[in-house]
Amino acid sequence: MSETLLKIDRVSKSFGGFAALTEVSIAVTQGERFGLIGPNGSGKTTLINCVSGSLRNDGGSIAFSGEEISRLPAYQRTRRGIARTFQVPRPFSSMPVLENLVVPLEFVAHRHSLHKADTRAEAMEILKSIGLAGKADTPSNRLSQVELRKLELARAMAARPRLLISDEAMAGLAGTEVDEVLAILFKLNESGITIIMIEHIMQAVMRFSQRVICLDAGRIICEGTPSEIVANLDVQRAYLGA
Amino acid sequence: MQPKAGGYSFWIGVSAVLGLTALAVATVKNEYYFFAAYIVVQFVVLATAWNILGGYAGYVNFGTSAFFGVGAYIAVMLIKAAGLPLGVQILAAAAVGGALGFGVGLLTLRLRGIFFSIATVAITIILETTVINWRFVGGATGIQILRPPVTEPFDSYTKMLLVVSVLLAIVAVATARYIEISWLGRGLRAIRDNEEAAECTGVPTLKLKLIACTISGALMSAAGAPLAMYQSFVEPASAFNLTYSVSALAMPIIGGTSHWMGPVLGALLLGTVQQVVTVTVSSELNVLVVGVLLVVFVVAAPEGIVGLAQRLRRTFGKRGP
Repeated sequence: MSETLLKIDRVSKSFGGFAALTEVSIAVTQGERFGLIGPNGSGKTTLINCVSGSLRNDGGSIAFSGEEISRLPAYQRTRRGIARTFQVPRPFSSMPVLENLVVPLEFVAHRHSLHKADTRAEAMEILKSIGLAGKADTPSNRLSQVELRKLELARAMAARPRLLISDEAMAGLAGTEVDEVLAILFKLNESGITIIMIEHIMQAVMRFSQRVICLDAGRIICEGTPSEIVANLDVQRAYLGA
Repeated sequence: MQPKAGGYSFWIGVSAVLGLTALAVATVKNEYYFFAAYIVVQFVVLATAWNILGGYAGYVNFGTSAFFGVGAYIAVMLIKAAGLPLGVQILAAAAVGGALGFGVGLLTLRLRGIFFSIATVAITIILETTVINWRFVGGATGIQILRPPVTEPFDSYTKMLLVVSVLLAIVAVATARYIEISWLGRGLRAIRDNEEAAECTGVPTLKLKLIACTISGALMSAAGAPLAMYQSFVEPASAFNLTYSVSALAMPIIGGTSHWMGPVLGALLLGTVQQVVTVTVSSELNVLVVGVLLVVFVVAAPEGIVGLAQRLRRTFGKRGP
């Protein structure tokens, strides 16, 4: 059996009197394709914000590769191998596409290297693999929606992650564009990267995920294979109402 | 825009500035020009220092006058306590300013946007109040400073002060330029573009902001150190005057915050116009000049002179053969 890469144990998070997460426990194994679904406001993004370090969880613990990371700042978690994309793309808009990748390469991948001459070459390789090589010198604020999504993925890849959290990377994309992004995610997974996919496009989640968890009102209501999730009455109720 | 190292042209420019300064010192007899040029060059240092945190990282610091005043009063303290020379005063002011920048950064850099800016205004008020109540450095009434005799090869102290301030400006601009083209500048720009994304991309945001605040504070205080010798008199109201904060902020915005040349151009333009207005009309109009130029540039060229030049170059470059 594969070892556990990410262990979320009874994690809770409140904003004032609103409990966004209540004792959520999830274990993601090395190399897994994991789906996280739930209706709007169910706590998906709050959970990944707690994992990536953008938010501190109020209770419970988060362990990555056996190391407790709950109190680590986000950049330390990235350096340990957790990368993420954002629901609304957040490119470094003052920089061209290639330089967006140089940032994680310099601060994570080549941090201890004295020879940084090949940083740009490595960034270019990543752009080629993701289909953005032709846009390397384009200012990142001039990209289309699908290109922005790809840039988010490329930037996350440049941090050499072991776990990639994809937060609605396909939101707002057309059918063929969804297929393009899915293909990239499959390719990354084949290279050994564990992927947590948060998505509202159910067909994409069901095609991609080996295991899915459904959150509702900050609690896990169902866990299983995609077909088990689709058939679950609690999930149907959460999405469609009782 | 991707910053370019362009090493040789920068150092040729530095050599030209040094050569022109030496020529002016040797040939110009009217001391007023040096007196006025000193102020302009002092603002080059302040604007460049401000831009390291405010321009590159996007943290708008209203506390320039606090660091400047601290530099001036460190010099006063060293003159009064031990009669130490100007070079030591500047180095000590830089060290204290750097430490102050680090401390202020620790206290305030977790705040963002307008909250950070308000906190930096408070630093000025706290430090000015402290100096007002400190008798050793003259308290609220200020303190008179006697200039030491001028040393060779200079024939006047004002000329020497100008040379010192030009050297300080070169150090400040070279530092800013190095930051801009290094990993540090890239990290600061990532912070400015989106701090959360930067942190999640492995950028140690707080550490980088602290480095920027420390360097910025050191340069601002170093710029304040020669004030005591320049004016021969220092008092809290002028040393901690908020005009320094406003000008140090306006100059990079007018020149352009994305490139080291922006604050230099902004300081040269605004500083020179202010000096001309002071002589021809009244120094009371200085703040009005800042306001008018700031509004004009924010409306007509929001990316400053450097941004405007780049835009024009792109436009005419495309139309070319």
